[in-house]
Amino acid sequence: MRTSRFIPILALLGAVVLVQLLTLAGGKAFFLTQLTMSAYYTLIVIGLCLLMGFAGQISLGHAGFFAIGGYTSAVLTTLDLAAYKENPLVAMLAKAGVLTARQDLYGGSLLSVHPWAACVVAVLLAFVIAWAIGIPVLKLKGHYLAMATLGFGTIIYSIVLGTQRFGAADGISSVPPFPLLFGVSVSGDSSLRVLNYYFAWLLVTVAMVLLLNLISSRVGRALRSIHGAEDAAGAMGVDTARFKLSTFMLSAVLAAVAGVFLTHYNGGIGPSEASIMKSVRYVAIVAVGGMGSLWGTLIMSVVLNFLSLRGYFGSFDDAVFGGILIVIMLFAPDGIIGADLRRLVGKIANYKQQNSNKSQ
Amino acid sequence: MKILRLFAAAIIIALSAAPVLAAPAIKVGAILAVTGPASFLGAPEAKTLEMLVEEINAKGGINGSKIELVIKDSGASPEKAISFAKQLIEEEKVFAIIGPSTTGETMAIKNIAEEGKTLLLSCAAAEVIVNPVAKYVFKTPQMDKHAVIRIFQQMKKMGITKIGVLSSNTGFGKAGKEQIEKLAPEHAIQILVNEVYDKAATDLTAEVTKVKAAKVQAIVNWSIEPAQAIVIKNVRQTGMTVPIFQSHGFGNIGYVKAAGAAAEGAIFPAGRLLVAEVLSDKNPQKAVLLAYKKSYEEKYKEDVSTFGGHAYDAMKILEQALKAAGAGADKEKVRTTIENMKGLVGTAGIFNFSPADHNGLDLNAFEMLTVKDGKFTVLEK
Amino acid sequence: MFFELFFQYLVAGLTYGTIYAIVGIGFNIIYNTTGIINFAQGEFVMLGGMTAVTLYGFLPLPLAVIGAVLITMVMGGLIEMVFIRWLVKPTVLRMIIITIGISILIREGALLVWGEGVRSLPYFTGNEISALSLGGVRLSPQVLWSIGVCMVIVLFLNLFFKHTMLGREMRACAANRDAAALCGIPTKNMITLSFVLSAGIGALAGCVVSPITYTQYSIGSGLAIKGFTVAILGGLGNSMAAVAAGFILGILESFSIWVLPTAYKDAISIAILLAMLFIRPSGLFGNKEAMRLKDF
Repeated sequence: MRTSRFIPILALLGAVVLVQLLTLAGGKAFFLTQLTMSAYYTLIVIGLCLLMGFAGQISLGHAGFFAIGGYTSAVLTTLDLAAYKENPLVAMLAKAGVLTARQDLYGGSLLSVHPWAACVVAVLLAFVIAWAIGIPVLKLKGHYLAMATLGFGTIIYSIVLGTQRFGAADGISSVPPFPLLFGVSVSGDSSLRVLNYYFAWLLVTVAMVLLLNLISSRVGRALRSIHGAEDAAGAMGVDTARFKLSTFMLSAVLAAVAGVFLTHYNGGIGPSEASIMKSVRYVAIVAVGGMGSLWGTLIMSVVLNFLSLRGYFGSFDDAVFGGILIVIMLFAPDGIIGADLRRLVGKIANYKQQNSNKSQ
Repeated sequence: MKILRLFAAAIIIALSAAPVLAAPAIKVGAILAVTGPASFLGAPEAKTLEMLVEEINAKGGINGSKIELVIKDSGASPEKAISFAKQLIEEEKVFAIIGPSTTGETMAIKNIAEEGKTLLLSCAAAEVIVNPVAKYVFKTPQMDKHAVIRIFQQMKKMGITKIGVLSSNTGFGKAGKEQIEKLAPEHAIQILVNEVYDKAATDLTAEVTKVKAAKVQAIVNWSIEPAQAIVIKNVRQTGMTVPIFQSHGFGNIGYVKAAGAAAEGAIFPAGRLLVAEVLSDKNPQKAVLLAYKKSYEEKYKEDVSTFGGHAYDAMKILEQALKAAGAGADKEKVRTTIENMKGLVGTAGIFNFSPADHNGLDLNAFEMLTVKDGKFTVLEK
Repeated sequence: MFFELFFQYLVAGLTYGTIYAIVGIGFNIIYNTTGIINFAQGEFVMLGGMTAVTLYGFLPLPLAVIGAVLITMVMGGLIEMVFIRWLVKPTVLRMIIITIGISILIREGALLVWGEGVRSLPYFTGNEISALSLGGVRLSPQVLWSIGVCMVIVLFLNLFFKHTMLGREMRACAANRDAAALCGIPTKNMITLSFVLSAGIGALAGCVVSPITYTQYSIGSGLAIKGFTVAILGGLGNSMAAVAAGFILGILESFSIWVLPTAYKDAISIAILLAMLFIRPSGLFGNKEAMRLKDF
């Protein structure tokens, strides 16, 4: 069981490398830009898959957590504290390396929060907000849960849109690169495209390993029991509230991490990232991927995000997602990939059985 | 497959009246918010570009090269604009990008165009796009600050000093609000109320009541969406009779129709496209404006708006620069040609570019207009 | 001056409230029959307004409104038959997602048909600037029309659900569909009927508020969120309560503008809703006991 779980992970890594080599060989290296962006959206979607598919809780506000991550990081790293250099607190933070001096595009110098520190703040903020929101919200069920998460998303959207510091309708631009190791950074610089691609997919792989381990552990069984019949699970001694809350928080943190890195990769963030339509898209992807299938969700996320980001859907972008949502929910509520895979596995098993029957 | 391709090639050859050995096509990209919350900008812009490119190609292209237009619909999302900008620059290797329609998107891709050394002719209004100047980034709409100054000058004539400001929570509303706040003190204008409302608002009586309570001498409303028609309606419904000043975002006859009787007497600065017919024949813009208006309205059976004009100007500037730079000119040469372009007559005004001014329009680009009997007319001085 | 202002804000609140209420009522009908919330309700409002504006091009106003209501009712019925009728015991999650998908499709379809332009019906009485003046406080006659239509709808629904056989059968479907079917009620037809009815009411709402709010392809989702808020605030399934909640929310929003920056108006009204959901999920006027019996 344990080793078999790592075969798909290795396959994922293999596919990541293969795609890079193929784009290199085919002279299509620029595909990596959209593939990298898709990777960050995938991070949100697999978190949401855990929440929807395994814990059975819908969230129509996950773009809100993405925005919390992205905007916190963007605000902190574009903040200019140079005027307050003399302030003892600012001086202390600067000494501790939390603040960093850098130059903007036009040669002016800024003193702003170091991206790493900003990332920590952003993720912590998402964590705390998810906790505070999660406790009351997850007590609700059905329509009320959908409405409450939708409300949360709307509030984040209107705060982002109404606040001068968040750039209101224009969003925030000129966010600096996020330095990793050895002078490599998360940024849109085309010379770092390949490295950024690997970094993004490495993050996704790590998240996948984490989530796959989680669902095959005791926690996963507890979550599935909640999805199946919450009252029964509660009666069997499963602390349903705690499991739901921690899943919610985990998925919120994944969304925030995605927000932080995509914002640095794009060099900015706008209010469209916090919109309800974005949240609905994430739900659509989870639905297509198969509610309970992390792998299906991952594959569909890459495919749909990639096509959408390359503009293949043209002016019908939203309509495509709406259509997908309906068709899948009507005809294959278990998702296309999830169901097919299961059917395929079933067929192989049957075939083997038949063969062994014959040989007897 | 091969037969299909041959067939397609045959059709293309048959259709193109131009000599078979034409120069390679010039690729022009466009990132426009054709759908989504800014579709009232992007949709007419896209239509205008398609129409213009058709016209140019029918005339045999520029210096013998046809224009190949690639329009990408960003739905007003910066993240998509970023993806498309990279795609257009690196893969399509476009000569220039027209758009985006909104300030947020333009700011998101300003650096990408600059690094990719590709001309960006933005159709968004805010001043930050060209200030500080980025070498490859230009914009065609008039400056917000010029609109504000024209309004303040008009107020001075009318003896107005105390105003209430309403603006919508979009990039357009935000940019106008900032300029009003910045310029009010030097024009001795006092802002008594300053409120932002939601772009999708359905009724604004309460916001308007707040303005009414402050006893202002005039109201300035800065927005570009339908809500601005609701504002003027609610102002009149609550019984206020003070003059209403609108932004150049009011330049769409649809809003006047929507606001009906309430729109009467609204004063706003705008490009001359809306009053093309009543301009004196001496006005240098008249011929250009009438030509654009006529061909757009004939082709699409809808009223022309100033927003489409921004895309028109962008394409005209590019066409002019390509022509002047001569066949086979590189991006850098075309860029410097635009920078030195003087006296180009567009729909927004007369463009005089310089290395320090990538907008090229002055205060004069705006005319103060008003609404009379449901139509735009020039404000009598 | 203070009293004049106070009443002017109150009137503004009434205007908001009547828009929210009239949209909110529509949610209750489908809920009353099926126990599901139709996220596409706002799109019915938009369709009604848009169709009426188109019909008004060649028909007199009353006929245009009636025509729009009828056409939208047919649309509502068709949508139910195509997307929902044949589903076997769908889960709430699945229904939420399907109705969200329907709402996106209707919106994008409307964009294709009508474009992005803004339209509106003319004022039913008077014009854009006419207002009834009551001692300095002014009120557009269209607001009175909306309130009137709202009241008529509530009255009709109350009579229909409580005092007609058909209405009772529809309610029986929501209470327990299997039991209703065993009693010989054609449950599937009842559900189609509820979509037809709520589409009609949504369309009527769309026509009445069109002069105030204008109609555009994208107006549906914004109205739906407010209408939804009101429906839940009042307690799902109770039309009278939805109207009361609509006025409460409208007046709260209006007075919030008196003291706070208007940019956060929506955030404030939704925060009120969330607080409400946490403290009293059965709504302001809902019955706690009845709530517990509902199956979510």
